[in-house]
Amino acid sequence: MSPGVRRLAEVGSADKPSVGGKAAALGELTRARIPVPPGFVVPAETFGQVMAVVDPAGALVGAVEGVAAGDVPAIVLVASRLRERITALPMPGDVVAQIAAAYDSLASPGAAAPTPVAVRSSATMEDSATASFAGLQDTYLAVRGTSAVLDAVRRCWASMYNDESVAYRRRLRLPEDGLGMGVVIQRMIRPRAAGVMFTRSPVTGDRSVVAIEGTWGLGSALVSGEVNPDGFTVSKVTGEITGRRVGAKLRMHSFGPNEPGICSSAMPAGLRGQPCLTDDEARALAAVGQRVEEHYGVPQDIEWALLGARPGDDLALLHGDPADRIRLLQSRPETVWAARERPPVATPKPRASDHVLAWLEKPL
Amino acid sequence: MDGDGSAPRFPLPSEIADAPGAEDWRSMYPYFTRFQPEDDQRFWFYNSMHFPEPMPAFDTITAEVPYSAIGANTARVFVFPTTLGIEHRIVNGRVYITANPVTDPGEIGRRAAVFGERASYYYENWDALYEGWKVRMRSLIEAIESVTVPSLPEWEDASVVFEAAGVAQNHYLRENFHKCIDLFSKMWHHHTEMLMLGYGAYVVFFQFCKQAFPEISDQTAARMVAGIDVIMYRPDDELRGLARLAVEAGVDDLFTEGCSPASVLAALASRGEGGQRWLKGFEEAREPWFNVSTGDGFYHHHRSWADDLTVPFTALPRYVAQVRSGTLAARPTQELRAERERLSSSYRALLASDDEKAAFDQMLGLCRRVFPFVEDHKFYCEHWFTSQFFGKIREFGALLARFGVLAEAEDIFQLHHTEVDQALSDVMLAWAAGSPPLGARYWRPVVSARKEMLAALRDWSPPPALGPVPEALNDPAVRMLWGVTQERIEAWLSPASDEVRGFGASSGVVEGQARVLTDVNQIGEIRDGEILVCPVTAPSWAPVFGKIKAAVSDIGGSMSHAAIVAREYGMPAVVGTGDATKRISTGQRIRVDGDRGTVQVTG
Repeated sequence: MSPGVRRLAEVGSADKPSVGGKAAALGELTRARIPVPPGFVVPAETFGQVMAVVDPAGALVGAVEGVAAGDVPAIVLVASRLRERITALPMPGDVVAQIAAAYDSLASPGAAAPTPVAVRSSATMEDSATASFAGLQDTYLAVRGTSAVLDAVRRCWASMYNDESVAYRRRLRLPEDGLGMGVVIQRMIRPRAAGVMFTRSPVTGDRSVVAIEGTWGLGSALVSGEVNPDGFTVSKVTGEITGRRVGAKLRMHSFGPNEPGICSSAMPAGLRGQPCLTDDEARALAAVGQRVEEHYGVPQDIEWALLGARPGDDLALLHGDPADRIRLLQSRPETVWAARERPPVATPKPRASDHVLAWLEKPL
Repeated sequence: MDGDGSAPRFPLPSEIADAPGAEDWRSMYPYFTRFQPEDDQRFWFYNSMHFPEPMPAFDTITAEVPYSAIGANTARVFVFPTTLGIEHRIVNGRVYITANPVTDPGEIGRRAAVFGERASYYYENWDALYEGWKVRMRSLIEAIESVTVPSLPEWEDASVVFEAAGVAQNHYLRENFHKCIDLFSKMWHHHTEMLMLGYGAYVVFFQFCKQAFPEISDQTAARMVAGIDVIMYRPDDELRGLARLAVEAGVDDLFTEGCSPASVLAALASRGEGGQRWLKGFEEAREPWFNVSTGDGFYHHHRSWADDLTVPFTALPRYVAQVRSGTLAARPTQELRAERERLSSSYRALLASDDEKAAFDQMLGLCRRVFPFVEDHKFYCEHWFTSQFFGKIREFGALLARFGVLAEAEDIFQLHHTEVDQALSDVMLAWAAGSPPLGARYWRPVVSARKEMLAALRDWSPPPALGPVPEALNDPAVRMLWGVTQERIEAWLSPASDEVRGFGASSGVVEGQARVLTDVNQIGEIRDGEILVCPVTAPSWAPVFGKIKAAVSDIGGSMSHAAIVAREYGMPAVVGTGDATKRISTGQRIRVDGDRGTVQVTG
C-alpha cells in the first residue's frame, strides 16, 4: 500500500527524512505564512518501495558503494544500470492514482489545457548545513499532463543515480544505503522576474544586508548561468538600497501556453538594460528574505519569483503591495560563509576606553 | 597631477606661483606661516574644511591659535603615541597643513605608557569632566563679554584720581586687547581639551562597524550615535518658539516675507501688551541662542544672528505661516530616539557572538558618552565665544577708526593681531601726547591694498594637496578630523570631469534645481523643492532645511551640521565636496546621490 502523497502545506522541517529537503523547506515556508506555489510531494517511502523492486537484494546499490570516487567509467556503468531500471519500472497503480488525483487538484478551475507543473527532486540528504547537493538531482519545468508528470517523477527518482550525483557522494564518502528521494510537484508560475537572494552578502559575508539577483522571466535563466543578472543590495536594518547593478540580461526563459518545457530566447532589446525590479520590489523581497532567516535562525539562500505584469509591461497597471506578488521556490541555509571561521571583530576589554587606547597606541 | 612619469605627486610648495594681482600676499601673514625650501619634501593638504576662503590677516588667528592648542593637547598634554601636532603654512592666502607622526616603535611605546594613564583618566571621568568644562567655558565666555574697550576721553575719569587707580585708560587699550587674544587662546585650549579623545571613540566604533558590517555606510553608523538633545538644535527651536509666541500674542501679522528686523522691532514696541510679550520672549531667546555664527567660527565676516538679525527674521515668516496652518512640527525627539535604539539593537542582534555584542556595547556606549561634548562644544566655542570675540575686536576697530588710523571699524580684520598691537601702541602714544596717531598714513594704504589682494586671491584655485604622495597616511588626527585617507588622495590625483565627489552624508537620490548660496543671509532666495549648494552649513542654516529637498556642501564630514540635519529631515546630502559651489551654478539641474556621495550636473 502506498503511503500516499502529501500536500506541501502538510509538511515541515521535521519531515525532511520522509519527504526530502526541498519539500520540507517548501512546507516549512508555507507554515511560516510565506507563499509558495501550491503543490504536493510524493514521499521518499514511495521511492523506497520502488527501489525494493528495482534492487531487492541491494546488490546494485552495494556495487555503487564499492566504486572509487575517481573511477568515472565504473560510476557511469553502475549508475546507468540503476537509472534504466528505475525509469523502466511500471509505477504501482495506487501511486499512479494518487499522483493523478493530486495533479488534477492543482488545475485552475475551468482550465482547458493540462496544468503546467514543475517536477522537482527532493532528496532527504540535500541542503544539509555542510553539503548542499545543489543541482545534482533533476528538476523538470512546465510538465503537462498526467503521463508526462509520472514520467518526470520516475526520472527524478532515477536522478538519484545521476553520474555526478554518485561521484559527489563517493567523493564525500557518504553511505549509499538509506538514501531517500521525495518528488515535489508544484503548479508552474509565470513570473515577471525571478532570481535568488542571500540574506547576507555573498561577497563580504555582511549579515546586515540582503543580496538579490534577478532577471526578467523564469529564474532558470539565472540559475543556469545564461544571464548576467541585475543585483541589488538592501540593508536589513534601514531598508536602504545600498547597491544597485544592472546586468546585461541577454537571454530570457519562458514557457508556452501548450507545449511542454521551457524555451530560452533572446531578451527583448528594451528589457536588457532595464532593471527587473523596482526599489519597492527589492525591498519587499528583502523583507521576505529576512522573515525566512528569522524563521530558521540562520542566513538563507533563497529562490524567488515575482508575479505581476509581463516582463517590461507597465507596473502602474498593478495595484497593491509588491509583497503580495512574491512567491518563494526554495530556501536553504547559506553554507559558504556559515562554514567560515571568523575571529571576533573585537572582544570586550576591561574598560570601554581600552578599545580607543589600543587603537591609538598601534602604529597605523 | 604634475607627475614626470615616475612617482605621482602634487605640485611642490616651491612651484606655486603668486596669484596674479596678489603678488605681495606674503606681507599679510607672519613669517612662521611661510613654506620653507625643505617643505617640498613633505605632503601637505589644503584645509578647505575650516578655511574655504583666502585668509584676511587678522583671521589667521583662527589657524595659529587652534594649531597651537591642538598640538599641545596631542603632543604634550595627553602624549598621543603616534602623533605630535599639526603644522600649517599659508600660500596665496590658503591654509595648508601637515601632521607630524611618530613612527619609531620605541618612541611610540615610550609615549603609549604615558598616554594610557592620562587618556583613561579623561574617558573614565568624562561626564564629570565635561560638567567642569562647561563651567570653565562659561567663565571664559563671561570674561570675553566683560572685556571693555577704553573710550579714551579728553580727560581721564575722576575716579582714577580719587580712588588712586594709578593707571590711565590708554594702558588698558593694550591690556584689554591682549586679554581678548589670551581668552581666545584659552578657549581653543578648552576646545581641543576633550575633542581628540572624543573623536578617537568615534573612529574606533566606526571601524568596528565597518569590520563587522562591511557594507554599512558611515551615515548609518553615525545615526546609531546621534545625539537627540544636542544644543545645536536649540537656536532653531527658539525661532519656532518665537513664531508660536507671535501668533499667541497676536502680532504675527508683522512677520511677512522680506520684512526688515528693524521695522518689525519698532512696530512691536507700539503693539501694547502683545508686542511687549513677544519682545520679552525675543530677548530671552536671543541670549545666548542667537550667538550662532553663520559660518563655522573661522572668519570675522561670518556674523552671528545676534549681530545680524536678517537670518532669523528671514526664517520667522515661514514658521509663523506654519503655526497658523497648524503644520509647525516640533522635532520628533521621541521618534528619533526610538529610531536610534532600533538601529543599534538591530545591528547588535546581527553580531556573531556574545563577545562581539559586549564589545559593541562598550564602544557604542563610549561614543554616546562623548557625543554631547563633541557636538555641543561647537556652540560654546565656535559660535558663542567666537561671536563675542570678533565683536570685541570690532569694538577695537571702531576705536581705531575713531582715531583715524582705520577708515572703518571692519578694517581691523585686515591687520594681523601683532599689527593691531602696533596700531594700538600708536593710539596710546598719540592720546598721551595729544598728537594725531601716525597710523592713518601708514595703515590705510595697507588695508586697501590687502582688500584688493584678497579679492584677487579668491580667483586662485588651490590644489587639494602639495608635495609627494605619502606612502602611508599614518596620522590619526588627520584621519579623524579631516577624513583624509589614501583613497581621498588618489581621488585628488585624478579628479573626475563631470562629477562632484564628496561624502555621502545622508542617503537617497534626488534630482532637482540647484540654488547656490555662498552666504546664509541669502537663504531668503531659496524656493521650495530646490537643492541647496553651499560652502558650509552651521546651525543658523537650519531654517532652510524645511524648504529644500537635498543639500550639498563644500565642507564637512559625516558628523557635520549639514549631515546631521539632513539625516534628521531624511533628505539626501553630499558634504565635503571641496568645490561644489564653484562647479555648480544656480538653476542647473543636478542629481544628488547621498549613497555614493556624488553630484552630477544633468542639465
